[in-house]
Amino acid sequence: MTINPTPASATPEGGHLLELRDLHVEFRTNEGVARVINGVSYHLDAGETLAVLGESGSGKSVTAQAIMGILDTPPAFVRSGQILYQGEDLLTRPEEQRRQIRGKEIAMIFQDALSALNPVFPVGWQIGETLRQRAGMSRADARRRAVELMDLVKIPGAAKRIGDYPHQFSGGMRQRVMIAMALALDPKVLIADEPTTALDVTVQAQIMDLLADLRRELNMAMILITHDLGVVAGVADRIAVMYAGRIVEHADVRSLYKAPAHPYTKGLLESIPRLDVRGQELSTIKGLPPNLMRIPSGCPFHPRCPYVQQVCVDEVPHDLVLGDGRTSACHFAQEVRDDSVAR
Amino acid sequence: MFRYILRRLLQMVLAFFGTTLIVYALTFAGQGDPIQALAGERPVTPAQRAYLTEKYHLDATGVGGFFYRYFDYVKNLLQGNLGESLTGRNIGDILQQAWPVTVRLALIALAVAIIFGVTAGVLAGIRRASIFDNSTLVLTLLVLGIPTIVLAPLAQYFLGVKWQLFPPTAGSDPTFYALLLPGIVLGSLSLATALRLTRASVAENLRADYVRTARSKGLVKRRIVVVHVLRNSLIPVVTFLGVELGNLMSGAIITEGVFNIPGVGFNLFRGIRTEDGPLVVGIVSVLVVVYLVSNLVVDVLYAVLDPRIRYE
Repeated sequence: MTINPTPASATPEGGHLLELRDLHVEFRTNEGVARVINGVSYHLDAGETLAVLGESGSGKSVTAQAIMGILDTPPAFVRSGQILYQGEDLLTRPEEQRRQIRGKEIAMIFQDALSALNPVFPVGWQIGETLRQRAGMSRADARRRAVELMDLVKIPGAAKRIGDYPHQFSGGMRQRVMIAMALALDPKVLIADEPTTALDVTVQAQIMDLLADLRRELNMAMILITHDLGVVAGVADRIAVMYAGRIVEHADVRSLYKAPAHPYTKGLLESIPRLDVRGQELSTIKGLPPNLMRIPSGCPFHPRCPYVQQVCVDEVPHDLVLGDGRTSACHFAQEVRDDSVAR
Repeated sequence: MFRYILRRLLQMVLAFFGTTLIVYALTFAGQGDPIQALAGERPVTPAQRAYLTEKYHLDATGVGGFFYRYFDYVKNLLQGNLGESLTGRNIGDILQQAWPVTVRLALIALAVAIIFGVTAGVLAGIRRASIFDNSTLVLTLLVLGIPTIVLAPLAQYFLGVKWQLFPPTAGSDPTFYALLLPGIVLGSLSLATALRLTRASVAENLRADYVRTARSKGLVKRRIVVVHVLRNSLIPVVTFLGVELGNLMSGAIITEGVFNIPGVGFNLFRGIRTEDGPLVVGIVSVLVVVYLVSNLVVDVLYAVLDPRIRYE
């Protein structure tokens, strides 16, 4: 039950900075095998921002960790697929080469900076560690560079706070430290795994602005993983929506917001509370995400889908190309999109 | 931090007087005729009785008398005078001889716990569910399940008497070699606990988010384990070992008894057995101080190791 990947946009072989092809990841546990990633394909070009959207458990973080090569194995195993970075398949590289790529080529920031930073070392030390260990900098140089990086992410009084511990920072400042650490080696790709989830709404906006600014200044490509549609709109160029370990819809931000072509995306957009419509009940997507050990037959979204037909139960939908580089893994993609436009 | 230590020191004064009062009461309040106890089987002449009554302020009776003698005792204690045992020996002198032996024994036991317990714990934590991990689990459960009163004579019989690998008893002024077997026996319990604690702590920290961050920085695995994981995992282990050192310093009654080591525990046991009240109270008073100080040191050490802990 795999989806045949049809590349979203017709770009020449190896033309993308980063490209995932039909990635399959499973978790082998005592209770059974959970198919967490079931044929994910997406790509990222230099200097662009791709948002990967999905509920918890949809496999968006696992995909990112597979790219980084930091999956916990066991229980996680990459079953098949390719992760091409600058045309080379990372999955066939030995561990030592993958380690060299981590941080230097592809860097990652995590959701909860309080637990993602080591509690017993000062933040300056932790930023400097990357520089000392990976770039061979001296202690003094690493320290100086750490202050610069903390300035870059706009931590006030960076030079004074370099000796502080993670718990002495506010949530937003901690996330800035995390970002500074990820930027230490000038990576070409930055993966931000729900970078604002643990933060207050006002701070969320600041961090997103900072990330967008830094991405532009440093000319990085960014994969922004989130479950928050509101976060995506202003920052991303393209969106890939994930459900049950698959990309169900893939489109540029503008056309996706205007007319989602997958019932799941449509449901997500409709469940955003709107300030301009008063007194209306919030719409929800009925049901729960599937148990990844027993993914429903056919389209995995069919038990929750308002458009469900017999064909959805029987057949796995292939990616339907809708033009403008849009795809939707839905048997009724056309109808859903036309519906969305009509509303 | 300074304020915290000051407050703890003041609390220690209260705790010290509280515990000594209780020990003093438990030892002396229920005693029938202390003069006869002192003399043992021999008869006591009226002149002797009068002299001793005068000396120990036994003329005051009841609760008032008890406190009268207790304050007498405290007054001496504050002047550094632990008094005399019933056998007429200066308790300060007894402790001066016994303590170095106990300290040496405690350090051997602690070294055994650190060298074997912590190392094996780290390895077991890294290789969870491996053969090594499972066999250490069984072994530690076995050690934790056997009381010292069984383990010590067994070790003495087999390793000391039968196979003659170690001297079976230590005797007065024991050498390092003579203390080695008792040290291992004494340390085996701390070893097992340290191993379990280290293993759990390492295993937990290996799954922590900051390890994932360290990996995403592209650090080598060795560095992640040795610098990031160990630094965090050893916080509870070090505090445990600190408390344990306090325990070991206060003497091991059973181990010292079995191997005939003239340490603090040995003397305390003799004091209890011969109903030598002054000796028991004297030793316990000093042990209380050792205990209180070692606990304070551990708490301060905890704050040094974990920057998240702040005492105010």
